[in-house]
Amino acid sequence: MLPFADTTFAEETWIMVVKSIVIFAVIFGILPILTVVERKLIGRFQHRYGPNRVGPYGLLQPLADVGKLISKESFRPENATKTLFILGPLLPVLAGVLSLAIIPWGDVQGGVGFYGIDVPIGILYFFAVGSIAFYGLLLGGWSSGSKYSLLGAMRSAAQLISYEVSMGLALLGVVMMSGSLSLVSIVHSQGEMWFIVPQLVGFLIFMLAGFAETNRTPFDMPEADAELVQGFMTEYGGMRFGSFLLVEYMEILVVSGIAAAMFLGGWMGPGPSWLDPIWMLTKMLGLVLVFIWIRATLPRLRYDQLMTLGWKILLPLATLNVLVTAILVVVW
Amino acid sequence: MSAGNGFDPKSAPYLDSIEVVEVQRGPEPGGVGGVYRAFGETLRGLKTTMARLIEGPMTIEYPEEKTPVYPRFRGRHKLHKFEDTGLEKCVGCSLCAAACPADCIRVVAAENIPGERVSAGERFAAVYEINLSRCIFCGYCEIACPFDAITMGHDYEMADYDRRDLIFTKEMLLAESVERTPLKSEGE
Repeated sequence: MLPFADTTFAEETWIMVVKSIVIFAVIFGILPILTVVERKLIGRFQHRYGPNRVGPYGLLQPLADVGKLISKESFRPENATKTLFILGPLLPVLAGVLSLAIIPWGDVQGGVGFYGIDVPIGILYFFAVGSIAFYGLLLGGWSSGSKYSLLGAMRSAAQLISYEVSMGLALLGVVMMSGSLSLVSIVHSQGEMWFIVPQLVGFLIFMLAGFAETNRTPFDMPEADAELVQGFMTEYGGMRFGSFLLVEYMEILVVSGIAAAMFLGGWMGPGPSWLDPIWMLTKMLGLVLVFIWIRATLPRLRYDQLMTLGWKILLPLATLNVLVTAILVVVW
Repeated sequence: MSAGNGFDPKSAPYLDSIEVVEVQRGPEPGGVGGVYRAFGETLRGLKTTMARLIEGPMTIEYPEEKTPVYPRFRGRHKLHKFEDTGLEKCVGCSLCAAACPADCIRVVAAENIPGERVSAGERFAAVYEINLSRCIFCGYCEIACPFDAITMGHDYEMADYDRRDLIFTKEMLLAESVERTPLKSEGE
């Protein structure tokens, strides 16, 4: 059997447990702050202040939001399929947490790898787990027994198929250049030059597809509130709705993390090695800011424009990118 | 000036040639050029939003900050006294009540008794009430008043819980009102 990546060492179980808890704590500490930051930034982009009433600088706003959501009734429509309706918001949360595991925060230092797990199939794992999130979305939309939810779910299915392909192809260039699927080795192979330089097209395609994957503007077709109320989320209330919201931000973090690791040199940066996770986090949050900036700028695409962009522009461009990269890799 | 669609403005004499405006059309969407233009426009949009971010918010946080009003702003009414004698300017002529389109002013006049003069004239307003829940703040009362006894102030914070509390009596209108509203400064 071919070795896909070198597994150089194995860690103690308790180290793994501690690592998971730390990653969990950090990410779930960032998520609520991210919601405020997004709302405040969108406000600033529109000449407003954004939330600034709850706590200093409105920082306690997510607490108030969560308090409100928890106190709301978890409503379930009469003609909804019960199990699937409950499963709907759970699957994306699971998938989001699972994909957090492969984001590399740093190299192996003192016998501890600064990542959840270094899977040899790295990016494939990301795609596989990411697709589970869409199951939750589809199931939630379909089992709600509402036409808006169904339409939203259908749209998101179409969007997933359209953009998952380009996303994979966009990452293929990086995979070919580094010769590995493992995110840790991909970061290692960026020692001389970040992959954003030779793979700029790939990076742009990946980010565009990332907007689509996370259902963010300008690709928030599944929830298009103007025509579909809230898409697949329409019938959800209370904390089930909240978990869909939570997942959106988690997915943004994950996509930003993958992009930072694959194109922006991951944890690499000046300074001592203990700064590595900080560098990674900085790059991730920088990309998150780009997400917010784009959301403040672009209007939602029409459905046919979305399809045209996905199939007629991004896919050929990504294929061309892969082709050119392959030729260059062979020639060099 | 020639319209590109073969339309000659001179053939339509009723049209002044200035009125004929050529319609500006962008290039057709789609194709490689379309992608390039869309990308460029996206960048332009990003620049626009970033410029708004740098400009900073222009919100006036109302209860803490108030919009300054112009000196001629028509807010809550005020009744005036002569500064030197302390006598009321209002002589109870009811011209304001007559001018009021909303019929919200009630004046009951009484004769001034020598020694206990209330106003400078022969008579004074024994009752002077303005029902502010009916007032439309047109300022006609101010124009109608021959003695400048009633003027429109700058106060616009008059919300209340009870309709009866919005009937302002003479004492309330005469009282030196709290300056709650900032005035616009020169050139603002």
